[in-house]
Amino acid sequence: MTLLKRIAPQLVALALLVALVTVFYPDFLKIGISGDRLVGPMIDVLKRGAPVALLATGMTLVIATRGIDLSVGTTMAICGAVAASAVAGGWGLGPALLLALAAGALAGLWNGLLVAVVGIQPFVATLILMTMGRGIAQLITEGRILTFTDAGFAFFGSGSLLGLPVPAWLWLACGLGMAALMRRTALGLLVESIGINRRASALAGVNATVLLIAVYVVSGLCAALAGIVVTADIRGADANNAGLWLELDAILAVVIGGNSLLGGRFSIIASLIGALIIQTIDTGILLAGFPSEYNLVIKAVLVLVILVLQSPRIAGEWRLWRDSHRASREAALQRGAAK
Amino acid sequence: MLLTIRSLTKTFPGTRALDAVDFDLAAGEVHALLGENGAGKSTLIKCLTGAYRRDGGTITLDGATIDPQSTVEAQEQGIGTVYQEVNLLPNLTVAQNLMFGREPRRWGLVNSRALRAEARETLRPYGLDIDVDRDLGSYSVAIQQIVAIARAVALSGKVLILDEPTASLDAAEVRMVFDVVRGLRERGLGIVFVSHFLDQVFDLTDRVTVLRNGRKIVTERTAELDRVKLIEHMLGRALEHEVAGQAARTAAARPPLLEFRGFGRRGVVEPFDLTVGQGEVVGLAGLLGSGRTESAEMMFGVRPAQSGEASDAQSRLDLSSPRAAIAEGFGFVPEERKTDGIVAELSIRENIILGLQARRGWARPIPRSEQNRIADDYIKRLDIRTSGREKPIGELSGGNQQKAILARWLAMNPRFLILDEPTRGIDVGAHAEILRLIRELTQAGMSILLVSSEIDELVASADRVIVLRDRRHVAELDGPRVTGAEIMRAIAGGEVAA
Amino acid sequence: MTRFLMSTAAALAISATAALAEGETVGFSQIGSESGWRAAETTLTKTQAEERGLKLQFSDAQQKQENQIAAIRSFIAQGVDAILLAPVVATGWDSVLQEAKEAEIPVVLLDRQVDSSDDLYLTAVGSNLVHEGEVAGKWLVDTVGDKECRVVELQGTTGSSPAIDRKKGFENALAGHDNLKIVRSQTGDFTRAQGKEVMESFLQAENGGKDICALYAHNDDMAVGAIQAIKEAGLKPGSDILVVSIDGVPDLFQAMANGEANATVELTPNMAGPAFDALEAYWKDGTQPPKFIQTESKLYTQADDPAGEYERRKGLGY
Repeated sequence: MTLLKRIAPQLVALALLVALVTVFYPDFLKIGISGDRLVGPMIDVLKRGAPVALLATGMTLVIATRGIDLSVGTTMAICGAVAASAVAGGWGLGPALLLALAAGALAGLWNGLLVAVVGIQPFVATLILMTMGRGIAQLITEGRILTFTDAGFAFFGSGSLLGLPVPAWLWLACGLGMAALMRRTALGLLVESIGINRRASALAGVNATVLLIAVYVVSGLCAALAGIVVTADIRGADANNAGLWLELDAILAVVIGGNSLLGGRFSIIASLIGALIIQTIDTGILLAGFPSEYNLVIKAVLVLVILVLQSPRIAGEWRLWRDSHRASREAALQRGAAK
Repeated sequence: MLLTIRSLTKTFPGTRALDAVDFDLAAGEVHALLGENGAGKSTLIKCLTGAYRRDGGTITLDGATIDPQSTVEAQEQGIGTVYQEVNLLPNLTVAQNLMFGREPRRWGLVNSRALRAEARETLRPYGLDIDVDRDLGSYSVAIQQIVAIARAVALSGKVLILDEPTASLDAAEVRMVFDVVRGLRERGLGIVFVSHFLDQVFDLTDRVTVLRNGRKIVTERTAELDRVKLIEHMLGRALEHEVAGQAARTAAARPPLLEFRGFGRRGVVEPFDLTVGQGEVVGLAGLLGSGRTESAEMMFGVRPAQSGEASDAQSRLDLSSPRAAIAEGFGFVPEERKTDGIVAELSIRENIILGLQARRGWARPIPRSEQNRIADDYIKRLDIRTSGREKPIGELSGGNQQKAILARWLAMNPRFLILDEPTRGIDVGAHAEILRLIRELTQAGMSILLVSSEIDELVASADRVIVLRDRRHVAELDGPRVTGAEIMRAIAGGEVAA
Repeated sequence: MTRFLMSTAAALAISATAALAEGETVGFSQIGSESGWRAAETTLTKTQAEERGLKLQFSDAQQKQENQIAAIRSFIAQGVDAILLAPVVATGWDSVLQEAKEAEIPVVLLDRQVDSSDDLYLTAVGSNLVHEGEVAGKWLVDTVGDKECRVVELQGTTGSSPAIDRKKGFENALAGHDNLKIVRSQTGDFTRAQGKEVMESFLQAENGGKDICALYAHNDDMAVGAIQAIKEAGLKPGSDILVVSIDGVPDLFQAMANGEANATVELTPNMAGPAFDALEAYWKDGTQPPKFIQTESKLYTQADDPAGEYERRKGLGY
């Protein structure tokens, strides 16, 4: 119940958005079956939303600790390059995936150490890897799109399982699994606690340093998964473009999810809905068939409207208006009854 | 008089920080401004330098009424300030720092030769012959401090306010800075000197003004002032009236629980020995800056000791971090409740179980029903006034926040609980309840270290009192010697034997 | 390995390759290695120099104009015999080109143009982007004949000159052929991933792709992504939907060899060949080349031995 209450604004925003897209593209909610898989715009949203949803899962935790991870887009490129070069080099699928995840964990560990041990501000600390990492990815791919033919790897991008695309399963499993891990253990409380007041938490015995590092490692692992998905999708590692600017979409998803950039209370599920909202906008724009010059403007306007509608102040005004309205109506009813 | 302040008043929401304070400063005088935390020293200085707007009162400088709106304006009118932390730019050169904002220009460009020459000229009266082209940061803190003084004097020239200028200096450096200050006094400046170090006050100043709780208590000539009297003024307690509330101190030796040997940290607290008995309340007394809080933090591993060791009957203790100290059965209620104690947006329940949960580890969450039980139990037992356990702790009053933090530690059942100013900023009722709680806990066998600036509190609760002065444990009072008079005498320094 | 070293070397590190005894020395300021095509351009410039017995001084500017200007100044100081410049931006070259002119060193622009007066450089070698679009469009017009054909277009990055010109050229070729209609046109940002995602939405919006007769992509990378999308939608690229694009990168030749793409218009990475031809003539007897040398925009189809073209190209660093 409390969860539903927490994510209600995001669900409403998503529903309104879907309704809006349906006006411009009436078949948006249509789902058909092609072979053994479901097809339709909503299925595309679930699939295409995977990178941002995966990144947003890790980003939510980082932001909950009052941090930010700008390096996730670049980490995607590195991990995709590692996986593709391992597969292309004949290492086999399992080792390639493990190597990619290890690369993501390493990137997260680097960020975490800079933030938690060296004490660099998260924005600056992760900016280092953001700018440097794409060069690392280019070194791995030697500047070209590193293609591969391994069908097993491609399955992570374009395969389907029980009718749904594999990327959709991946982000659902990762996001919901992480949400459950946070709430079924004490991790959620401890993460929120260090995000609100790291010093007080440390004095209460919370292992703030290790926890902070772990959060960045999780973010790196999520980025690795996202990198695997986009690389598998196009059957090639594109070091120049993979994950480019996606860190900003991930942060946006977290914000649309109603999580404060100042840290503290968080909801991964709300961030996931935020990612779906962003992807619905993107897919909706493509399907509606407007000239591409308008893409970014439309996206910006929609995001702005959603954020404004969700802002606590507007919500407060609305409640005030509703309550006064209700009160005057009840007063009118009572007057009527008195007659 | 060079500077005259009359009826200066400043109110913040909920507190009257300055209550009709009068203050005079003569030309060629060093005037000490003393007071404990919350006395109103920094508010007075901020009103004087334009950082705060005053609510009432007048400030007269050289016969003219002034009303500075900003520190820059105060500077232009003749009042300069130097803070403990040098507020200059370490990566600019000495000359650039000295002349910053008033560089000599030629055709709109900085004339660097004139800049250097003027900078050297500015420093000459201070006997400081240094390379003005080197970065300020490459010099010692004392020299940086003197450069800051030179800059402030050059900019303002009438009144110089030194806000704890010696807090991070060693003895030789203090002498250096004092020579500079004496030179300025001879040149006819009026100097306001804020410090916690009484020896320095007696060494340097001509007059002393003591503030307490926003009021001026006394202004006297330093030479005529008795140390014990001064402490009385600062702590607000006349020695004649012993308070009735005395701890029922038992002379009987308690079984020792903990032993600290040669425990210290360079530049923070001199090494000390301390034995804490089972169920004993050890008080820690001293002025602000004497090393009270630092000693407590060292014992809890916040800033771990560099020398010595701590042990119990069985073995040596690891106190290298708060987590380690907690594992040894230590607890710590910090002085700064807002920054170091509460996690404001979390609920009372979450704040109470936070320490317990951290000790159990993340993988073993405390079941929600158990959390509720613990929270409700302590809300009732400590009488935390709240509409419910799910209320964010930040919305509680100070006293209730403090009780919730105490509950956090009591839930962990420590054997040694360190309380740093547990009654600071809380109402009278909660104050008494916390002191009562301390007695209950010790009766149940818990040992407590009570750090307090309130001597009454120590006399009422402590079995034994350690007195600190200038980062050193200077006296240990026990049994019948735990009286206000003895404590004050020890704080003031002098004949009390350790 | 050379490329590995190149990209790790510092921005201004200048490596000499192909040192032959008496050849002229040519300085080459390259933009960077942001795409496979550019890497191929670098590789081909080096092999061309080697074949002609020229000494090539190579400098990778890593996308920074100040690095390029510094490199050119260093070339001038060394007294090279000619300078090749692939300018990262169009403006801000006047003074450094003037310096080269005063040192009497001819400058040849590769692949991109500058806004400076054309007497500051010897010549510019490049392709005509509009023409490329026209070649692609003409192929489609000729292939489709009189049949009705609904075309979808994957544009390059919105507002970039290749996107604008290749769109314009293609539309020029289609003008007057009312049976061909561009029904959907969206940007795929020149990337494989976006090409695939946008193509998915085209397929979705056009009756699962059954209403689409041809795809025109502004570059091969987007086409490669789109081909995957078409396959995943259960259609056959190359027959159910015709695929024509521009650039001529190896992966597209492979797709053509597999019958999954139909045609590509080559943007040759061999800009250095015509440049060296012009320079050699200039050195020999001072022949002034025309101010713009247009490279051939050659059309390759499935009939042009795509497998062989793939083999020839795959080692170039694309």
